[in-house]
Amino acid sequence: MKQNPISFQLKLNPEDFLPATEEEKQSQVIMRESVSFWKDGMRRLVKNKVAMVSIAVIILVMIFSFIVPAFYPYSYKEQMKGANNLRPMQYSEEEQARIDAGEKVFPHIFGTDKMGRDYAIRVMMGSRISLLVGLIATGIILIIGSAYGSIAAFFGGWVDLIMMRIVDIIYTVPDILLIVLLSFALKAPLGNLKTVPGFGWVGIVGENLISIFVVFALLYWVGMARMVRSQVLMLKESEYVTAARALGVGNAKIIKRHLLTNCIGTLIVTTTLQIPSSIFTESFLSFLGMGVAVPLPSLGSLASDAINGMNTYPYLLFIPALLISLIILSFNLLGDGLRDAFDPKLKN
Amino acid sequence: MAKYIAKRVGLAIVTIWAVATITFFLMNMVPGGPFLSEKAISPQATAALEAKYGLDKPLFQRYLTYIGDALHGDFGDSLKQRGRTVMDIIKMKFPVSARVGGLTVCVALLLGIPLGCIAALKRGKFLDSLISVVATCGIAVPSFVICTLLLYFFGVKLMLLPTVGLSSWKHFVMPVMALSFYPTAYIMRLMRSSMLDVLGQDYMRTAKAKGVAGFFILFKHALRNAILPVITYVGPMLAYTVTGSFVVEKIFTIPGLGGEFITAINGRDYTLIMGTTIFLATLIVIMNVVVDIVYKFVDPRIKLK
Repeated sequence: MKQNPISFQLKLNPEDFLPATEEEKQSQVIMRESVSFWKDGMRRLVKNKVAMVSIAVIILVMIFSFIVPAFYPYSYKEQMKGANNLRPMQYSEEEQARIDAGEKVFPHIFGTDKMGRDYAIRVMMGSRISLLVGLIATGIILIIGSAYGSIAAFFGGWVDLIMMRIVDIIYTVPDILLIVLLSFALKAPLGNLKTVPGFGWVGIVGENLISIFVVFALLYWVGMARMVRSQVLMLKESEYVTAARALGVGNAKIIKRHLLTNCIGTLIVTTTLQIPSSIFTESFLSFLGMGVAVPLPSLGSLASDAINGMNTYPYLLFIPALLISLIILSFNLLGDGLRDAFDPKLKN
Repeated sequence: MAKYIAKRVGLAIVTIWAVATITFFLMNMVPGGPFLSEKAISPQATAALEAKYGLDKPLFQRYLTYIGDALHGDFGDSLKQRGRTVMDIIKMKFPVSARVGGLTVCVALLLGIPLGCIAALKRGKFLDSLISVVATCGIAVPSFVICTLLLYFFGVKLMLLPTVGLSSWKHFVMPVMALSFYPTAYIMRLMRSSMLDVLGQDYMRTAKAKGVAGFFILFKHALRNAILPVITYVGPMLAYTVTGSFVVEKIFTIPGLGGEFITAINGRDYTLIMGTTIFLATLIVIMNVVVDIVYKFVDPRIKLK
């Protein structure tokens, strides 16, 4: 058949219609599973050495502060007679006598404080408190901040204006003032609450610590709210939101299902970076004597107590100071790693 | 422009009023009063004192009186430090904190901006990694840890620097170092990331292609665009720093406004609490407005509305 030289007709041969060979079939097989958002992010995260080291450090600190104290022979509030201000690995006279008698005595790895309490266990309990405060406070901030920010951005207009002005006002109130005032104001109601059956935990946790949580719930969510708002402002113009609305999906469900799930990258990163700053704030407050209640240690209050004896017992100060810096540093580095892995566009 | 400034100032006044109101009612909700802790004071004397300062009146009436007086610039007398007005105390303590804070901001800017730029220009090199490590550590170490470490090494072990008070330039070294650690690190990080962003822009390539000298590319094209996030951060930071840091003033026994504020809260010195809170809120709000206006001058593309 003669062909028109400028035609787009295909030149087909009978061979083109033969069944594919095994080799050809092989090349069509999908070798790799499709990469989902999570897998892609995790792959990048695992490659990041700094982030992996920080995860390892965080897990170590968690074991050290949550599991080890259960097996430790001393307790954080047990005051041993004659064992005041021992150097690391030093024994009191009484303990030395017991060792001489053939008994085994667990060494005071970090020595003891001026009340004769084993310092190692106090540091462990202190980091437990600091971690718990960091995690719980961040949980509170995450819930309030993301709900507030997404509602403000989603409804826009007057709602947005008023809600964001409230954020500005909260941003301006000195936080230390609110913390002190609230801890005084909440003392009486919480004190009453702790005698009510079922609320005994209030006494153990301490009124101050609860007021810290209340303050976090009242004050520190504003950064998170701003972050989420800026994301949602962008996302709410997307086609899928219009599509969802056309299908008759309610506002609450659009926010929950479509908008917040789509800024999950930002949420993960902001949350991880919020943890160290919550720990930071707690240690700062405990340092000023407005944090945890007395027998409970926190890394900040340990450091604060150690300042007076700094000349003679500097290690009492260095150990909690080092640990708190280590915890904050590793959470920060992990947050940076997560950001690079899950939200690369946030980097710049 | 004038309309914009007027609108911002209006909003600022509303913000200050809201902060004052929240503080006033919260402060009065707290049990205890300014005259409870004093030794050997009879109930009659307490009542007389309360009557003198108007504390026996209903809460809402006191609120109206206070706001009315404050609008006339009268912040009342301190309840604890007899014979001194709140204004006197702020006038006396603020310059101390402002000097330390001002120096801190200067140090943070003078170190943070160049180091951040260098890190961005030498991206991926050793110097960049070094600066990034230092910046991350600076953000991770709480100020009280830095204070105590400085105090231990320079004050106690080496005896190089005095530890208490503010009488010579040597006294400023440690507090300023401790205070400027975090902002310096933060500015370095901000500067590095925004500089990297700007260096990747098309106009940078255009400028290079047109043969603009390296010096001008860096200062006129890159720095001017990259400095915007730093300005946003420095505004409110300046307000917080000049009003004094509680921790640093406590550790180095500096007679500043931060320490005064804590004492006022603990002693329920109502008028002094209100005075310092309003002072701080006003400074922050002013700084935010100033930042927005400075923005306009640095980046003419920004439209103020």
